[in-house]
Amino acid sequence: MAKIRQLRINGRSHSIEADPETRLLEVLRDQLDLTGTKYGCGEGQCGACTVLIDGQPRRSCLTPVGTAENKEITTIEGLAVNGRLHPVQQAFLDAEAFQCGYCTPGMIMSAVALLRAHPDPSEAEIIRFMEGNICRCGTYPRVVAAVRRAAELERKAG
Amino acid sequence: MKSKLAVDTIPEPERSELDSLPSYPLEIARRDFFRILGGGVAIFLVRPSDLASQESGRGRLPSRDAQPKELVAWLHIGESGEVTVFTGKAEMGQNIRTSLTQAVAEELRVPTASIRLLMGDTELTPYDMGTFGSRTTPYMAPLLRRAAATARNLLVELAARQWNAEAAKLVAGNGKVSDPASGRSIEYRELARGQALAKAVIAEPALTPAPEWKVAGGSLPKINGADFVTGKHRYSSDIKLDGMLHGKVLRPPSFQATLVSLNKNEAEAMPGVTVVHEGNFAGVTAGSERAAARALAALRAEWKTVPQISQPELFGFLKKNARPGEGRHETGSVEDALSAARHRLDATYTVEYIAHAPLEPRAAVAAWQDGKLTVWTGTQRPFGVRSELAEAFRIPEEQVRVIVSDTGAGFGGKHTGDAAIEAARLAKAAGRPVQLVWTREEEFNWAYFRPAGVIEVRGGALADGTVTAWEFHNYNSGAAAIRTPYDIPNQRIEFHPVDSPLRQGSYRALAATANFFARESHMDELARAVKMDPLDFRLRNLKDERLRAVFEAAAKAFGWGGKKNEGQGFGIAGGIEKGGYVATCVEVAVDSSTRSVKVVRVATAFECGAIVNPDGLENQIVGCIIMGLGGALFEAIEFANGRILNNRFSRYRVPRFSDVPPIEVVLVNRKDLPSAGAGETPILGLAPAIGNAIFDATGLRLRSLPMVPQGTLPKV
Repeated sequence: MAKIRQLRINGRSHSIEADPETRLLEVLRDQLDLTGTKYGCGEGQCGACTVLIDGQPRRSCLTPVGTAENKEITTIEGLAVNGRLHPVQQAFLDAEAFQCGYCTPGMIMSAVALLRAHPDPSEAEIIRFMEGNICRCGTYPRVVAAVRRAAELERKAG
Repeated sequence: MKSKLAVDTIPEPERSELDSLPSYPLEIARRDFFRILGGGVAIFLVRPSDLASQESGRGRLPSRDAQPKELVAWLHIGESGEVTVFTGKAEMGQNIRTSLTQAVAEELRVPTASIRLLMGDTELTPYDMGTFGSRTTPYMAPLLRRAAATARNLLVELAARQWNAEAAKLVAGNGKVSDPASGRSIEYRELARGQALAKAVIAEPALTPAPEWKVAGGSLPKINGADFVTGKHRYSSDIKLDGMLHGKVLRPPSFQATLVSLNKNEAEAMPGVTVVHEGNFAGVTAGSERAAARALAALRAEWKTVPQISQPELFGFLKKNARPGEGRHETGSVEDALSAARHRLDATYTVEYIAHAPLEPRAAVAAWQDGKLTVWTGTQRPFGVRSELAEAFRIPEEQVRVIVSDTGAGFGGKHTGDAAIEAARLAKAAGRPVQLVWTREEEFNWAYFRPAGVIEVRGGALADGTVTAWEFHNYNSGAAAIRTPYDIPNQRIEFHPVDSPLRQGSYRALAATANFFARESHMDELARAVKMDPLDFRLRNLKDERLRAVFEAAAKAFGWGGKKNEGQGFGIAGGIEKGGYVATCVEVAVDSSTRSVKVVRVATAFECGAIVNPDGLENQIVGCIIMGLGGALFEAIEFANGRILNNRFSRYRVPRFSDVPPIEVVLVNRKDLPSAGAGETPILGLAPAIGNAIFDATGLRLRSLPMVPQGTLPKV
C-alpha cells in the first residue's frame, strides 16, 4: 500500500512517511515531535489523544493516518495564535483546571470542538460532551467551569 | 509510618552557623554550582548526619552516593537576580512546585517570578527519600524556608558591609536590601554580582510566622501552568534524544510465569530490530513504536505458568495466610469491657485491590554514554530509582543520573523503577538511547495495586453512647491510620501482614482508606445500635479539638440533621491522618424501584494547619473526593489465576464527569499551627460517609469496597 507522505497540521503541510494504517498519534508524536497530544489508553476511552480533524474531535490513538490525509488536523500546539492563547486555553489557565496536566491537551481539544458546535453549552451539555475525557486527578468541576468561562470569552471576542 | 516516627523524634539542628565549611560536600557543590549557574551567592543547608541517616529510609547498600545526604537543600542567587532552588522532590500534579516557590519567596523576599525550582534530578539536587506520605509541606517547605531566610540574612550582611552600616537596621524586601535611615537600597543581583560565595549552614533562622505571610497563604496560580495548556511541557514520555529507538518488553501470560524458550528468528530478521533475551527478560527495540510492536508480536515464546488464586477466593486467602501481627496496640481489657457493654457489635469489612491508573503510564528514556547511564522517568523516588538502576546494572550510583520532569500523576503508584530498568536494559543492548512507554494494559498488569484487605472490628458501647471497647484487626491492607482517634479506654488494634497474591504497594493515603472505611462504618453501626445521631455519637466519644472542629464545620456546611425524604440518606465520617483533619458529609438518593444509588452532594471540611495556597488546597481536596468516588463505589481489580481481567479503561471504570456530585469544601485555616500536607488525607472520609448514607436511606449496611460496582443495591 502506498505510504502517506503529507499531512496538513495546524495550517501547514508536513512531510511524513508512514503506512496508512499507522495511528495518527504515533505520527504526530514520533515523526513530527508534536508531543502535546498524549497517549493514555490506546482504545479511545480516555481522550488524552484528542485532536480535531476538519473541526471534529477525533481520538488520534485509533485514527489510521491514511484517513487523515488531505484533511485539516489541529493539535494543541496549533491553538494559540502568535503566542496569544486560545480562549479555551486561557480559560483553563484562569480556572486552574488541571493538576498534573496530562489530560489537559485532550480536554482542551474536546472543549474547543464542543464550543464550535454549541457556543453556549449548558452544564449538562458540557458533561455529556466531555464524558469521554478522563482526568485521574479529578479536576472535572474546574474543567466544567473553564468551558463555561471559555464560552463567555469567545462571546465577548465575538 | 516508621519513617514518619523517626523524623518526628529527631533532635532540632543546633542554632549556630558554621563559618568553617565542611570541605568535601562544598567542593563538589561549589564546582558544580558555579560552573552550571555562574557566579552569585549559594546557600547549602546542612543537616547533622544522624538525622540524615534516618531520612534515608529503607536498607540500602553502603552509600555510593554522588551527594552526601547531609546536604538537604540548596539555593542560588545569580548575578541576574534569578533564584534557583534545588530539591529532590518531584512534581506530579500536587502542585508543590508552586507551593515551595511561595515558601522561598516568602522568606527571601523576592517576587515568585524570579524563582525557578530545579526538582528531582539526582545529579543536581540534594538527596531526597521520595515524594510521598504528604511530607513535602511539613518537612521540605521549612527546610527551603530556612535556606531562603539564611540567604536573605547573608545578603543583608553583604549590604551592611558595603555601606558600613548595621545589618540589624537594614530591611530586605522585593528583591533588594534597603536602609530606611538613609533611603538607599541595593538589589540582590547587584549584591550577588562578582561573587562566588557559598555558605553552608546548620541554620535555624527565625521564619516568618503564618499570620505575617504575604506570598504563602495566597492562591498563587500553578507556576508553569501555561506550559500545560499549550502542550509545551515535556513529560518523561515526551523526551526525545538523537538516534533514539523505541522499546517493547515481552510480558508473561500470567504472574510468576517463567520463560522456557524463545524463538527470536522472525523478529531479528526485521530491519532495524534488536532482540534482547536475558533469562526471564525479553524485549525488542526498533526505529518506531509500530515496528517495535510488530517485532514483539513476532517473538515466539513458551512460558511455564504457575497456578494462582482468583478473586473469589481472595478474602479467605488473606485471612488464612496472615502472619503474626506487627505493632499490636493494646490498652485496658477489651474482654472485660465487652462483657460489661450494653451493646456489642462484630463486623467484617473488606476492600478490593484497586489501581492508581495515573493518566501518564510508566515511561522512561534511557541513554548510556561511556558507561554512564542517564534515565528520564516519571517517578516519586528519583534517588530510589537511581539505587535500583545501580543495583540492576552493578554500577556505582555516581554513574547513574535520574531526571524526573513534572509527571503525569502518581498517587503512590510510581515509587518503583520498573520502566527505567527495562528501558536501560534495552538501551544497553541496542547501543542507542531507548524510549519505553508502558501501554495502558501493561500499566494495569505490571504496576502494583492498593492492597486488598479484610478488617474485623468488634465494638462495645454503654447505653448512654460511650464506646468502651474497640478491637480492630487489619489483614494485609496495612497499618496507616489503624488507630482510632476516639477516646476508648479498652483497645486492641493489630495489623496482620500477608504475602499478597497480587503485587501491592502505596496508594493515596495508603491503607488509611481501608482503615477509615472500617472504623467509621463501625462507629456508625454502634451509633445506630444505641439509637444516637451519628454525629452526636462521634462527638460524645471524641476529645481531639481539631477533629471535633472539622466534624462540626462539615456538618454545618452540609446542613446535618435536616429533614429527609424517602430514599434520601445522610452519612458522616472523618478522622486524622498525616497531620490533616478531615470530616465528610454525603447525601445519597436510592431509587425505590431500580435500587440505583446516586451521590447527591458532598461537603468536606479539612484542616491542615496554616494554609499555604487555598486554591491549590481546594483543588487537591476536590480531586481526592472525586478519586475516592471510584474506590468507594465501583473500582475493583478483577483477577483469575495470575491474570488481570479488567486491564483497560473500557473494563476498569474510573470516575468521569457525570459521576461528580456538587462538592462543597470548607477550609479550616489554623495560622497558629504548622502546615501539614494535603494531597492524601481528604480522600479518607468519603467512602465510609457514602456507606453510612446508604444505610441511612435504606437500612442496608454495605461492608465491602467497592460498595455499588453495578450502580444498584441488591433488591430487598
